[in-house]
Amino acid sequence: MSETVIPYMVKPNPVTGIPNGKFAIWLFLASEVMLFGALFSSYVLLRTGAPHWPPEGGLSSEILNVPLATINTMVLITSSITMVLSWASCKLGDLRKFRMWMASTIALSFVFLVIKYFEYHHKFELGHYPSHDNFYAIYFTLTGLHGIHIIGGIIVNTFLLTIGTRMWKTDPEHFTNRVENAGLYWHFVDLVWIFLFPALYLL
Amino acid sequence: MSLKAFHVFFVCISVLFTLGFGAWAVADYSRTGSTASLVMAIGGFIAAVALIWYGLWFLRKLKGVSYL
Repeated sequence: MSETVIPYMVKPNPVTGIPNGKFAIWLFLASEVMLFGALFSSYVLLRTGAPHWPPEGGLSSEILNVPLATINTMVLITSSITMVLSWASCKLGDLRKFRMWMASTIALSFVFLVIKYFEYHHKFELGHYPSHDNFYAIYFTLTGLHGIHIIGGIIVNTFLLTIGTRMWKTDPEHFTNRVENAGLYWHFVDLVWIFLFPALYLL
Repeated sequence: MSLKAFHVFFVCISVLFTLGFGAWAVADYSRTGSTASLVMAIGGFIAAVALIWYGLWFLRKLKGVSYL
């Protein structure tokens, strides 16, 4: 059986001017913009339609834990920096530094999830489930979906750090492109949080 | 758009966010007098300066890499 080779995975496709993998990740991110855009629109409609937001009174910043979310924001911004440094290390041909920066990115992702766990756990202890009111419904939907994306990023990054690294020996340029695509996804996920945090916690 | 270009965009958005966050924390401090808000305000402005410095360093480091 002959092996099927996907063309233009390293060199730019003459039609688009970029490799096919990068084109595919941008198409995927466009669909993600629509997904989160729809949910943000729902949030705006729920908020503007409510006589008071949050419905139970007070301010969002008094109901949600702003210091913890601030730490989480710093963790994600730092993880984007470590992610881009892992890609830059590949570009410079330094696999040891790639491993170090990628492992840091994965570790920071877990820190984010652990902090999020404590936030959720505290809300559940108070009996604040998504069914409590519209505020908690949209809060858990948006942050939960974002958390699932973080888990997705951890899976991809862990693959690149472990068995995916084998490609470095045979096709380092292709491997570097894979790291770049994972980095584009990771930056998008972090960018979503930078919009989610002020919208849900501060305003 | 390459990861380099997207990262530069990301850092710019992060700088705007940290400045906005610092302003929010100052407003919250003047409303509540909370020490935590003051710490967050100072932290927000320091983070903005650090990100600007980092962004310039990053541009120098990856000068030879394409934006496409």
